[in-house]
Amino acid sequence: MYKSRVVCFFSEAQSEQPIIYRLVKDYNLVINILKADINPRKEGYLVVELSGNREDYDSGIGFLKDLGVRVEPLSQTVVWQEENCVQCGACASFCPTGALAIDRSTMEISFDNSKCVVCGMCLDCCPTRAMTVHFNIGAPL
Amino acid sequence: MGVKRTYEEINEKIRKGQAVVVTAEEVIGIVEEKGVEKAAQEIDVVTTGTFGPMCSSGVFLNFGHSNPRIKMQKVWLNGVEAYAGIAAVDAYLGATQLPENDPENKVFPGRFSYGGGHVIHDLVAGKEIRLEAISYGTDCYPRKKIDTVITLKDINEAILFNPRNAYQNYNCAVNLSDRTLYTYMGILKPRLGNASYSTSGQLSPLFNDPYYRTIGVGTRIFLGGGVGYVAWHGTQHNPNVPRNELGIPMGGAGTLAVIGDLKQMKPEWLVGASLLGYGASLIVGIGIPIPILDVEMMRFVSVKDEDIVCPIVDYSEGYPYCKPGNLGYVNFKELKSGQITIEGKKVTTTPLSSYPKARQIAEILKEWIKNGQFELTAPVLKLPSAGDPVVINSLPERDVNGRNGRRW
Repeated sequence: MYKSRVVCFFSEAQSEQPIIYRLVKDYNLVINILKADINPRKEGYLVVELSGNREDYDSGIGFLKDLGVRVEPLSQTVVWQEENCVQCGACASFCPTGALAIDRSTMEISFDNSKCVVCGMCLDCCPTRAMTVHFNIGAPL
Repeated sequence: MGVKRTYEEINEKIRKGQAVVVTAEEVIGIVEEKGVEKAAQEIDVVTTGTFGPMCSSGVFLNFGHSNPRIKMQKVWLNGVEAYAGIAAVDAYLGATQLPENDPENKVFPGRFSYGGGHVIHDLVAGKEIRLEAISYGTDCYPRKKIDTVITLKDINEAILFNPRNAYQNYNCAVNLSDRTLYTYMGILKPRLGNASYSTSGQLSPLFNDPYYRTIGVGTRIFLGGGVGYVAWHGTQHNPNVPRNELGIPMGGAGTLAVIGDLKQMKPEWLVGASLLGYGASLIVGIGIPIPILDVEMMRFVSVKDEDIVCPIVDYSEGYPYCKPGNLGYVNFKELKSGQITIEGKKVTTTPLSSYPKARQIAEILKEWIKNGQFELTAPVLKLPSAGDPVVINSLPERDVNGRNGRRW
């Protein structure tokens, strides 16, 4: 079982194709869409977590590239701006994976980036906007 | 019942650096170990703290006069309007005021990224603030427009004056409907998806002096990282709500109006807040010292999270449409555990007030008192307490002739 989070950038022509369907159906990949956005010109990006066996994963990525989708690895996406954090703890109750967690003895908050799936809930519920999203993109796959 | 202390005796010990000061969190263990009487003999002062969004906050500003002079009729600071219907170059900037042309909730839920609370934070942080003002011109104030940049240092006065802070208890907010709600209590997920609360519980000032015996007009406090004072009872101050056997109100009760010089405050204790779909606000840090005048005061300050309960209120129908009743009560120990049970369902809790920062405030105030830089003041006027004739009215809606007034 191989699992990886990637950002897929696509243009208008690609955004009208059922890319996700093909990945599931033809490449047997489990897809978790973490974030997606399409602008009015129909260009956009998808942040997805892909899992499946390594062979399927590689051919799935190959399929995306053949379509002209730019695929880049995702890392360090949500950043905790600790200096802006007031330690209220509101975020922890919205974090689906426990990446943001409260130590119940001190009521202090901590952030474990490796558990973060970039759902963005913390960006909405933080009153001081101490959570920000950064697409720290590495070399193309 | 032998212990009796006066403010003067406590201050004498503070001046000598001999005062025994502990926080409202530390005192709990001391009382459990030694008992109330012994603890009262040993401890002089207990410090409290709270750090949460307090919308009823703002700052009076005097900008100084330009040449030629202007009688500022409308004033904006970084695009956020301040109320200028007072003397020529005075204005009041409120924490929830939004910039002109803010999208508000036009695309719901609005983000409210910048408002009065953020301007106050930027002022305290020493940042440059754009000041715009217009007027109609008079013989004594001929100028009609000004557009300049100020900092907190430049202007004559900046007086934080918050008409309602430090609420003694508050609702625990939930959502019984099928859609997500965006409220001043934060995001409330549908079908009891979470339960939001905002208080520092056992550390909160008014829970440690439930009948306002020592906190009154003139009480010197920690305010926004500097020194401030209790100016009056806060708006909506209601001492006559039901109380439990310890005297702790079982719902929103007392409030404080507080005042202090913004120039000696610190940006980390006055932080702008953006509540999705609701608006802008200001997170205010307040700490109040409680003098242990006698055993009764020691008993009050030994209050624990499990002694404090608050009502669970539905914010889909109950709160907005003023429907009486609640979904029961929950204590703060349960709320702080991260999960409570409502109508048989396990519900995750969402804190809005920062407990770690409240603890830090109580610690800072403790240090100030211990090293002799902060003396206690006796109230010059008591706040209305339980049994005093205070009634909170709803707003009557009358017809144009003033008849048929109804209250809900």
